[in-house]
Amino acid sequence: MLDSDFFHRWMTATAVAVDREAGRLTELDSAIGDADHGSNLRRGFAAVTAVLDEDTPQTPGALLALAGRQLIATVGGASGPLYGTLLRRTGKALGDAAEVTPGQLAEAFGAGVAAVGKLGGAQAGDKTMLDALLPAAQALGESFAAAREAAEAGALATVALRARKGRASYLGERSIGHQDPGATSAALLVAALTEAGAARGDDGSGS
Amino acid sequence: MLINVPETVVADALRGMAAAHPELTVDVEGRLVVRRDAPVAGQVGLVSGGGSGHEPLHAGFVGPGMLSAACAGEVFTSPVPDQMVRAAMAVDSGAGVLFVVKNYTGDVLNFAMAAELAEDEGVQVAQVLVDDDVAVVDSSFTAGRRGTGATLFVEKIAGALAGEGAPLERVAATARRVNESSRSFGVALSAVTTPAKGSPTFDLPPGELELGIGIHGEPGRERRPMMTSGEIADFSVNAVLDDLRPDGPVIALVNGMGATPLLELYGFNAEVQRVLTERRVPVARTLVGNYVTSLDMAGCSVTLCQVDEEMLRLWDAPVRTPALRWGR
Repeated sequence: MLDSDFFHRWMTATAVAVDREAGRLTELDSAIGDADHGSNLRRGFAAVTAVLDEDTPQTPGALLALAGRQLIATVGGASGPLYGTLLRRTGKALGDAAEVTPGQLAEAFGAGVAAVGKLGGAQAGDKTMLDALLPAAQALGESFAAAREAAEAGALATVALRARKGRASYLGERSIGHQDPGATSAALLVAALTEAGAARGDDGSGS
Repeated sequence: MLINVPETVVADALRGMAAAHPELTVDVEGRLVVRRDAPVAGQVGLVSGGGSGHEPLHAGFVGPGMLSAACAGEVFTSPVPDQMVRAAMAVDSGAGVLFVVKNYTGDVLNFAMAAELAEDEGVQVAQVLVDDDVAVVDSSFTAGRRGTGATLFVEKIAGALAGEGAPLERVAATARRVNESSRSFGVALSAVTTPAKGSPTFDLPPGELELGIGIHGEPGRERRPMMTSGEIADFSVNAVLDDLRPDGPVIALVNGMGATPLLELYGFNAEVQRVLTERRVPVARTLVGNYVTSLDMAGCSVTLCQVDEEMLRLWDAPVRTPALRWGR
């Protein structure tokens, strides 16, 4: 079972990963965007861990909803509303249970990813964060490791895609050949699940 | 770069702005610049905002006859909904608020969230989306045209109308008409260096230029060997005219991207006027200067707005802001 401590660890592990990879995310963003994805997400997830460390909500749902609101309030750009909506809607779908199963998380995460698609108007193959999130949501029912692999493969596969949403779409054909920064950061978020689970030997398999 | 540390560039600039402009209320912490006399009774409030790095847009256009408030985001990053809601509440006199939104995914999403939240607080909100950049193919395969130079036209003309006490629907309709009547095209002679990255966001060697750039250091659509000012004017003005197809007079904005000297920009304007004369487009007014910039990018953009009598009258109406002021 996954309690609010697990979700707190997930957010902390994401913040650590984003901080570590911020330079790389910004580098990817400068090729096809505006060179700020790393610094923006680092600021957002630092604010998330700060608010959670101060006062940790007692349920997984409330914790993710708070993290999402914090991202919306601090990140700006497109990634603030999109990542904020992902966490808020995942949290909302988890309800107010004190503990949830990995199966319930997989289902809720699917709802969160669907909300991101609706808000941004993007679909699979548009070279966005969804190209990592959609396969991850599919594989999350299996295990955290499977979701991580699916997200990382999805992010890598964006190299060959032509951007149809967001700022990279202005480049047309010239967006091909570059990995999407949003899909790359989304893979970090998913990978952080395995780290959060590893702390207590929970690999997210079974329900 | 003339900065202390990258993390404080926006706050530092706002503190400097507060010191230079006592006629504005500057909330450094909240990243908000508001007309000191807001809300003005009976007038629609105009709120805009966007990423920083485009100065004087938007905060430099706050004042009587133009914006009521501007929200400053991080460099090249949309502000967050909380800022926009606070701006809307600060300037709403009860006549409602118009959000002027440049068409970028981040700005659109954050302003949409803010509009909902502001309406929950009892503020009537309308929005105008500015999307004038012809370099972007407007299709379902892109995020749509970018908002660039036409933002200045929309904020000036809608701001003058709001100042006359026109109701929200009319201010919003006129703002949309200005956007629909405007097109832009931009050219970069050098790449841009963001404070966060500290090095150029793309590699543009001397002797080459980038056609069809935006205002965020994103590369353009095409790279060519260096062209003369006259050749750039031919390319840019024709790109705008072929899309706008005006059948009446225009206002021209010949805009510098931040690092191009005014000497070059005025020379470029002479070439722009030559092309417009050749294409038999009457020019009613011309504005030359650095108004919608992209940090330290060298280059220029041309924005044309076809105007009717009312739009021209509102353009000529008095304005008193840090970056644009004329009339009494």
